[in-house]
Amino acid sequence: MTAANVNPAEIRTPEQEADYTEQLLRLADTPVRRCIQCGRCTGACPMAKHMDLVPNRLVWELKNGRASVVLAARSPWDCLSCFACETRCPRGISPAACMEAARLMAIRPAGAPVLTAEEVAALDPEMPQQGIVAAYRKFSK
Amino acid sequence: MQKIGVFVCWCGSNIAATVDVARVVAAAREVSGVVYAADYPYMCSEQGQDLVARAVREHGLNRLVVCACSPRMHEKTFRACAERNGINPYQVEIANIREQCAWILKDKDEATAKAIVLMKAAVAKALLDEPLAPGESPVTKRALVIGGGIAGIETALDIAEAGYPVDIVEKEPSIGGKMAQLDKTFPTLDCSACILTPKMVDAAQHPNIRILSYSEVEAVRGFVGQFEVDIRRKARSVRADLCSGCGICAAKCPSRQADSEFDAGLRKRGAIYIPFAQAIPKVPVIDRTQCLKFRTGKCGVCSVVCPNHCIDYEQKDEILTERYGVIVLATGFELLDLKRFGELGWGRSKDVITSLQLERLTNAGGPTEGRLVCPSTGREPKRVVLVSCVGSRDTTDRGKTYCSKICCMYNAKHAMYIREKYPDTDVTVFYIDVRTPGKGFDEFQRRAVEEYGVHYIRGLVGKVDVHRDGTLHLTAGDLNSGRQIEMEPDLIVLAAAVTPSPDARRIAGLVTASIDNDGFYVEAHPKLRPVESPTAGIFLSGMCQGPKDIPETVAQAGAAAVKAIGLLAKDKLLANPCTARCDEQRCSGCEICVQVCPYGAITAEDKTVVTLEGVRETRPVAVVNEALCQGCGACSAACPSGAMDLKGFTNREILAEVDALCW
Amino acid sequence: MTIYNYYPGCTLSTKAKKLDRTARRCAEKLGFPLVELPEWQCCGAVYPQAPDAVGERLAAVRALAAARDNGGVLVALCSACYHVLKRVNDDMANVSSIRDTVNGYLDLERPYAGETKVSHYLEVLRDTVGWKRLASLVTHPLTGQRVGGYYGCLLLRPGRVMALDDPEAPVILEEFLRALGAEAVLYDERNECCGSYLSVTQPTYCREMTDRILRSAADAGAEWLVTACPLCAYNLVHQRGREQQVGVVYFTELLAQALGLTEGGDAQ
Repeated sequence: MTAANVNPAEIRTPEQEADYTEQLLRLADTPVRRCIQCGRCTGACPMAKHMDLVPNRLVWELKNGRASVVLAARSPWDCLSCFACETRCPRGISPAACMEAARLMAIRPAGAPVLTAEEVAALDPEMPQQGIVAAYRKFSK
Repeated sequence: MQKIGVFVCWCGSNIAATVDVARVVAAAREVSGVVYAADYPYMCSEQGQDLVARAVREHGLNRLVVCACSPRMHEKTFRACAERNGINPYQVEIANIREQCAWILKDKDEATAKAIVLMKAAVAKALLDEPLAPGESPVTKRALVIGGGIAGIETALDIAEAGYPVDIVEKEPSIGGKMAQLDKTFPTLDCSACILTPKMVDAAQHPNIRILSYSEVEAVRGFVGQFEVDIRRKARSVRADLCSGCGICAAKCPSRQADSEFDAGLRKRGAIYIPFAQAIPKVPVIDRTQCLKFRTGKCGVCSVVCPNHCIDYEQKDEILTERYGVIVLATGFELLDLKRFGELGWGRSKDVITSLQLERLTNAGGPTEGRLVCPSTGREPKRVVLVSCVGSRDTTDRGKTYCSKICCMYNAKHAMYIREKYPDTDVTVFYIDVRTPGKGFDEFQRRAVEEYGVHYIRGLVGKVDVHRDGTLHLTAGDLNSGRQIEMEPDLIVLAAAVTPSPDARRIAGLVTASIDNDGFYVEAHPKLRPVESPTAGIFLSGMCQGPKDIPETVAQAGAAAVKAIGLLAKDKLLANPCTARCDEQRCSGCEICVQVCPYGAITAEDKTVVTLEGVRETRPVAVVNEALCQGCGACSAACPSGAMDLKGFTNREILAEVDALCW
Repeated sequence: MTIYNYYPGCTLSTKAKKLDRTARRCAEKLGFPLVELPEWQCCGAVYPQAPDAVGERLAAVRALAAARDNGGVLVALCSACYHVLKRVNDDMANVSSIRDTVNGYLDLERPYAGETKVSHYLEVLRDTVGWKRLASLVTHPLTGQRVGGYYGCLLLRPGRVMALDDPEAPVILEEFLRALGAEAVLYDERNECCGSYLSVTQPTYCREMTDRILRSAADAGAEWLVTACPLCAYNLVHQRGREQQVGVVYFTELLAQALGLTEGGDAQ
């Protein structure tokens, strides 16, 4: 698994931060401003203990315009899109959609997909098609 | 001959910054009927009103148009000013050039043009204004308080002390409300019952107070000063006049299925029961849905054991009809039903409880005699978790958008007294923010942390697992460390959002009080009239108006009492003269007005009238009871023949305003 | 007579034929024969959350529109298909920007605006057949079998859109199991994620999830779990620790068995 194609280290100026944040917010399409930082998403997330940037912090950084922090995080690649965060959020926000936005920013630019055909070829033959398609959608363009 | 004076207020810069007041004055001087126009920085000030008085004297004015703020603010002020200067107060018109003009527009030309049009409309109406005189109505010098919790008790005591009789209607078998269920109170940690019980006794013994427990308000007629109320006195199945409150019946009752409401479901009660030891009145009641006698016809144990022969299975509900001058709503609150918060273990483990249940578990009169235990095992918990904001500050369909206000403080209270009594028990509070505005409140919460070693973790619980052996496991966000944490508490206490009593909505309908989207009663003005409902003669006391703690509730209860006393002290009330009037000649007797009138103020009666064609005939026509009419205008809008009109807002006047606006 | 248009999805036509076969046979017997859409493409397996992900929504809309033109009901079995179809349908009904763009792409005879009712097979059992009637048709009750319903995530969440059941305290699988005569075992992790597509990229994490689910189910006394999702079934069976004993079957396998339509509950 490779990191994001948008190199967060290249986000240097406040203008770039603002531009990437805007793109992320457009992709996430969820009302992050409503967030009151209650942390239920992080409490609900089955993968949070493995995440470097837990869901509530990812929403927080996005809300505060720090795209570089969001795009440098590994957590979007750990997210399961199980929507526990979204269902339990008391403010109607979808942290899962923020995770997806970060993934899309990384995989959409043409070039190296995050999940390659070789990696898929090495899979367990019993793996259902559904799993392969899902992983491809999440991790590749 | 109408001589109109136009007075344009700057309202400091509120109006003058956006509206060119000099141009409004100049435009007013051009309007036919206007003999005087002037502007002033604060027309409502004493100097401003002097300016009006001088103009009336010097120019012989007989109608006033004031271009200023909303009539809700100062219509009264200028009507009084007019009256002092010999002008009928109903010949004063207010053009709202602040809220409806200066505050909502940015462009000065546009705002000025609009202010001029609004002024012209007001002048057009003023030209047609007839002098009106308010009628008088008597005041019944008795108050009704709906709800017998601390709010209702306090209001009733204050009114009774002022010398007026008060009835408290309480739907439960005893007064006392939620405060009676609490163990201790913040921020002093004094015992709740110790400070409430004397108040309950005072109320019971006060010669001016009558307690109608186990009763509900069923219908309300009339209006301020003369409410007529039907009160359903539910059948207790026990004769209160004979009962000594010995409690033998409750002790011997073989039915033990029902959850005790008072102990928040942590204990069972009999079908015949006294809700708690200090209940007032201390008269049991039979819950007929549970009683074997009522369900199967067999049993009758209570009747056998009662030494005074008080049990009366035949007792029927009775309707008591009383007249009151004022009604105080003190219907209190409930906790949000947590059935949709299954992820927090609610409904899956007995050891996941609400804060109110915790109060019962720590109370000496509670099911464990004050020993804090896990309900599933009966063992003392070693790790307790308190969770804030369960359903509060929640904008989704399972919660409430508001802050419930009391939870931060009672969580600190609970944490502190658990640590005090059980020093080996670890207490963790999960929270979003700690909100402690109030005298001594923040110091109290800090004591919980600094002296009692309570752990406060910023973050909420996301999931609770209940293992087969009953042990609990939770995951939560820990925001300060930026990670997820896990804990295995023995007891989880959920601070459920407070909600208005489900009865509040029904009662609001009965007394035409307004309620907000959450079901709390709306006050007449959020800052300046916080204890009055917009409906005259209806006052608000306690949680029914919004979340508040005990000191605030008591303060508001007192304030509501003062407002009620102010009304009861009057012998007569002036009635609004802007009531509906029926032109009997035009009235066709269709009775549409009777159907649309929300106050039941219109009836159809047979009358002999001379028709427009000059024929004398007897037929039904609409008759308005001016005492009941609130001047809403529904009838005049609905009347197909144009017979109904509203004094002070006649069809001619309204059309003249519209003409002026459109011209 | 309602036409039950059926969307099998990619896996039910290949690795999860058992789920497909048993479901069809039971539906036939229960009076709601499934009519497979004549043409369908893979739904994409995951719901495309970004509002501009239009291409990823097209396959679902084609199926939804075809169902609309043939009576208006579309039944899915696989949790992922159901999830994607229902959420895309919600977008088409409520998000005008998505609706307009998708219709612009597809150039259907009649633009699609979310008219189809998307039902899970379980919903048909609950709302059309009814648990009582289902119970009365059971010939081989699963008496004495302790079975846990495994919901996973996609059937229930997000609750506002999926609206199949209370996402935090669901009952539909338990009611189903009870109708078959089994003892429905409640366990905590029944609505937690199985690890989903992480079994492709990070199987260790996936194993952690499945072990927790299976431990929770075993702890509560379940002998079997039922699921509606082939990926859940795969993860629970193939991405599990050796010590796990609980069996995993598709819910339709138990249904077929109870209705006497199968040779036996052949577990994966």
